[in-house]
Amino acid sequence: MARVVQALGDDISTDHIYPGRFMATVLPSETPKYAFADMTEFNAALVGGSIAPGSVIVAGQNFGCGSSREQAASTLKGYDLTIVARGFARIFLQNSINLGLRTVICPAIEASVGDELRVEDGRVVNVTTARAFDTVPLPAARQAIIDAGGLIPYVRARLAP
Amino acid sequence: MTIVQKVLARASGKAAVEVGEVVEPAVDLAMSHENAALVLNQFNEIFKGIDRPPRVWDPSRIAIIFDHRVPAESAKTATNQKRVRNFVEQQGITKFHDVRGDEGGICHQVLAETGYDRPGQVIVGTDSHTTSHGALGAFAFGVGATEMAAVWALGHVLNVEVPATIKVVVSGRLPPHVLPKDVILHLVGLVSAEGANFQVIEFHGEAIRTMPTSGRLTLCNMAVEAGATSGIVPADEETVRFLREEAGLTEALDLVVPDADAEYVRVIEIDASALVPQVACPHTVDNVKPVTAVTGRKVDQIVIGSCTNGRLDDLEVAATMLAGRTIARGVRMLVFPASWRIYQEAMRLGYLETLIGAGAVVLNPGCGCCLGIHQGALGDGEVALSTTNRNFKGRMGNPTAEVYLCSPAVAAASALTGVITDPRG
Repeated sequence: MARVVQALGDDISTDHIYPGRFMATVLPSETPKYAFADMTEFNAALVGGSIAPGSVIVAGQNFGCGSSREQAASTLKGYDLTIVARGFARIFLQNSINLGLRTVICPAIEASVGDELRVEDGRVVNVTTARAFDTVPLPAARQAIIDAGGLIPYVRARLAP
Repeated sequence: MTIVQKVLARASGKAAVEVGEVVEPAVDLAMSHENAALVLNQFNEIFKGIDRPPRVWDPSRIAIIFDHRVPAESAKTATNQKRVRNFVEQQGITKFHDVRGDEGGICHQVLAETGYDRPGQVIVGTDSHTTSHGALGAFAFGVGATEMAAVWALGHVLNVEVPATIKVVVSGRLPPHVLPKDVILHLVGLVSAEGANFQVIEFHGEAIRTMPTSGRLTLCNMAVEAGATSGIVPADEETVRFLREEAGLTEALDLVVPDADAEYVRVIEIDASALVPQVACPHTVDNVKPVTAVTGRKVDQIVIGSCTNGRLDDLEVAATMLAGRTIARGVRMLVFPASWRIYQEAMRLGYLETLIGAGAVVLNPGCGCCLGIHQGALGDGEVALSTTNRNFKGRMGNPTAEVYLCSPAVAAASALTGVITDPRG
């Protein structure tokens, strides 16, 4: 079971997730401290360690729209969060899969902060409200990368003799 | 087949591909900017545990253009740029544009004007506005840094699903003071910020055929604001003219056009002659209204420039409207041309002198101001009116500020009054 620690609306942009002014910081080991930097309370909770690994951010349509900056995925990966959204923007979704950030496409998801969710095969159950919501599989073309644990190991295997 | 199907079929060594099919197209051009610092980090990661030194697949097909924070605003950026410079040297990467007045600029403009873009190519870039290059008939799309590292290693993009295409037909001619920016803002408002997610937008119609490459770059640049993987204009006589006369190409060109029976997932018709100047209001690009709905809104900063609207004809529009006049007190006007080539041409034609004389500040070509990372930041609660491409909360460096997006004509007219103003008078 995983607790919803943040519930967001539609069109959450990469500027929202990882503001442009921190883009000079690039390494995945250094980006987590700027996650949702302009949501100061949430950022403080993440940085302060009060968010349990495996917690869930719920969002609306088009999560991660805007820039191709990979920091937006690596910053969330740093906290081992799961993103359950009604939809994801293309580049963000690919970056997440490439880095192994868990993303769940759940077009009708309804959940509030504090709700307990269970992510199952094909659906997300909101245990708190006793409702279940169907999920959409991630793009089939990317399954091999997910299975390999991310793009770096996948490509490494392709390059190895 | 649509253009993207034809391009992906060719690049995958197939006679035909279907929408949804998974292919691994060969990459013709792989572009990065300062985030090459992250790409090279991921690239080196890939080679860890492999018994050979990291080598890029083809150093002549990689382009690196410094534009996001130029000249470096911090020691951190300068050090990242230095690492990239070393990598470029070590790998023999030839299409490298450093912080230089003779060949520098914003990556999307530099690729187009230097003749790196060709119709029919597969172009990937670690920048979401890589969609721009579809203006020259390429299939060009943004990827993340790790995806690019894989391209550097392998020379093709892994596991690409052939996208469906939306056909946008823009008939008629644009009225005076209505510009290509108004077409794309109108379209983004119409389809929404995610309406074209995972799809390609192909532009057709009289208004597109009669539009110079400059305007086509504006359209394709912002196709991503509707979520599109790429925007594409079918290559035609204007494409050839631009590549021959402006980019100096002499080689044969493969003008890829869609088949008459190409299948589209959706067709959208826009009557150019009925369009009015558009404004995208805070804080999403699809929050688009006719300028008349927001006239009179006080603005603190006007911005003209960027990969979206920093080309010579954009600066000409502004210079023509501001010639012999002065921008309103209480408003700051920043101008940043899209490349140093454009900067020099605007200087030669007197546009920069006119704009500076009217009170504008001319910055060097770069991206910094558009995304709030280098100059031009907004104060608390301030309002900007900008010809750039995004108005997300916090975009210009301040989450309490507001950004409105518009054409150079709306921006210039508003600079004279200090409030959002309809350029049609």
